[in-house]
Amino acid sequence: MISSYTKKHVGQKKTYTILLLVFFAMFCVVVLVPFATILLTSFKQTNRLLTDGFNLKVEKNIMSWDSYVYLFTGKHSFFLWYRNSVYLTVVQTLLTLFISAWVSFGFSFYRFKGKDILYACVLIVMMIPFEIMMLPLFMEAINLKMTNSYFGIMIPYLANATVIFFFCQYLQGIPVELVEAGRIDGCNEYSIFLCLVFPLMKPALAAMSILVGVNTWNNYLWPLLVLGDSHKFTLPIGLSSLIAMQGSNLNSYKILMAGSVMTVLPILLLFCFAQKYFIEGLSTGSVKG
Amino acid sequence: MSMKRKTLKKRWETFSSAKVAPYVFVLPFLLTFVIFFIYPIISSVMTSFQNVQLGASKWVGLANYKRLAASSEFPTAIRNSLLYTVITIALMIPFPLLFAVMLNSKSMRGGTFFRAVLFMPILCSVVVAGMTFRFMFNETDSALVNEFFMKVFGTRRIMWKSRQWPAMAMMVSLCCWRWTGMNIVYFMSGLRSVPVELYEAADIDGASAAQRFWNVTVPSVKPTTIYVLTISIYGGLSMYTESRMLWDAKSSPMNVGLTIVGFVYQKGISQADYGFASCAGLCLLLVTLVVNFIQLRGTGAIGKGGAK
Repeated sequence: MISSYTKKHVGQKKTYTILLLVFFAMFCVVVLVPFATILLTSFKQTNRLLTDGFNLKVEKNIMSWDSYVYLFTGKHSFFLWYRNSVYLTVVQTLLTLFISAWVSFGFSFYRFKGKDILYACVLIVMMIPFEIMMLPLFMEAINLKMTNSYFGIMIPYLANATVIFFFCQYLQGIPVELVEAGRIDGCNEYSIFLCLVFPLMKPALAAMSILVGVNTWNNYLWPLLVLGDSHKFTLPIGLSSLIAMQGSNLNSYKILMAGSVMTVLPILLLFCFAQKYFIEGLSTGSVKG
Repeated sequence: MSMKRKTLKKRWETFSSAKVAPYVFVLPFLLTFVIFFIYPIISSVMTSFQNVQLGASKWVGLANYKRLAASSEFPTAIRNSLLYTVITIALMIPFPLLFAVMLNSKSMRGGTFFRAVLFMPILCSVVVAGMTFRFMFNETDSALVNEFFMKVFGTRRIMWKSRQWPAMAMMVSLCCWRWTGMNIVYFMSGLRSVPVELYEAADIDGASAAQRFWNVTVPSVKPTTIYVLTISIYGGLSMYTESRMLWDAKSSPMNVGLTIVGFVYQKGISQADYGFASCAGLCLLLVTLVVNFIQLRGTGAIGKGGAK
């Protein structure tokens, strides 16, 4: 009696597993379709791009390595944009992480006048979309002569409210005794942060480095406003400027298609290797009430 | 010499004392807040009462606000943004939660792999994703989505970019493609903090899977839900890059793809009508504050006095 019940139960579980697997396999195929279309199209002749759009047809007669050959041998600024994007992403991410961690330490381990109000300001900034500030910030940037420079792109983002909030949540898990022990050992306040607390924040730093890194790499509107020279363009701006050159230049579509693949591919490869690190980091203590 | 050294040392000691240090720590945020948040808002309010052209500005009182109220495009922009926000929230909270529960279930195999694949779209830049969707939703027979609809459902060619509802569907599907995986990750980490005992107790009480979902899972992931709701409101109201990519930075037919930020950008940057655009920007700020307030009040995150 018992064994037959368990058998039936196990059988049910197996069907359930198979159903789940089929469902998610189909789901994943759908999610991967846009990637597949862009990859396929990057091998097709670009003169039919506007009329045909993207599809999943494999048309051997119009497929070639043309776009890639042009991307790697032609005369254009794609790799300059690439370098700019890498530079901006690395510098902005490192600075954002350090400065935001610096601020969050102040909020987490001290009581001082105005702390609650200032922390409320962090929460408010977190909820107001940056895009609302865009126009007045742009005018301010012109007045301060910060346009056309990476410094101008970076500076509003460095003390990032979302990142500060995340770090504060994380620091709640670190006991105050640690800071006090540091004081007793004769460390001053800054070296307590630099030598004791900052190294302990590694998991939170890893999580936020991914979030900030991806956001910076993909950031589009604000750099578009700040930057004017095409040799300072980042990848998203450069690629979108190619779309704007509608039909006038077929070579620009070649860079657009092959370049888009080359923009997405490295991140996806990186993600495949560090997948666990990426996602686990995001999950650790992201939301605690 | 030694005197000088002493004063230096003393200064350093005050600077690094536990009284001064906290202010040094929060200073970067304070500066950012004042320079890049408060000042722009104030200057925006000032500009909204002026007519700014070619560097010269003239005080015009409420003229910009009257123009905004009379504008036919602005209500369209607000309607599109709000509609987009509501639809994306309606889709992007229940379904990712359900998927997260499914991925988390004991019968699931290879959950980490599927989660990773579903997460991939968020790594694709908005510009590339927007361009891909632009061409997939091309208004020709040979583009993927039209081909699919014509073959599978036998519909006629759908004009995705020039009709209101198809355009909305296109924008929403781009959002769903990009964010479903991210929300699944958020919900899965939320599910991890649900005590197993709750499920065991529900099992003992003979609860069905659906009952367990409604009475244990949903209330337990409330903090995560509030968080996802907050970022969805943020993302929904500030959406512009997507529609910019879908319509090639041109204005869409009948403004089917016009969002509030798009309106501000069009008036402020493209047409350099700063005063008018500032007006619209402030309205967006107001809408955001109201929506967020309703959300926080409704979910009980504020107003109970016990907020952390």
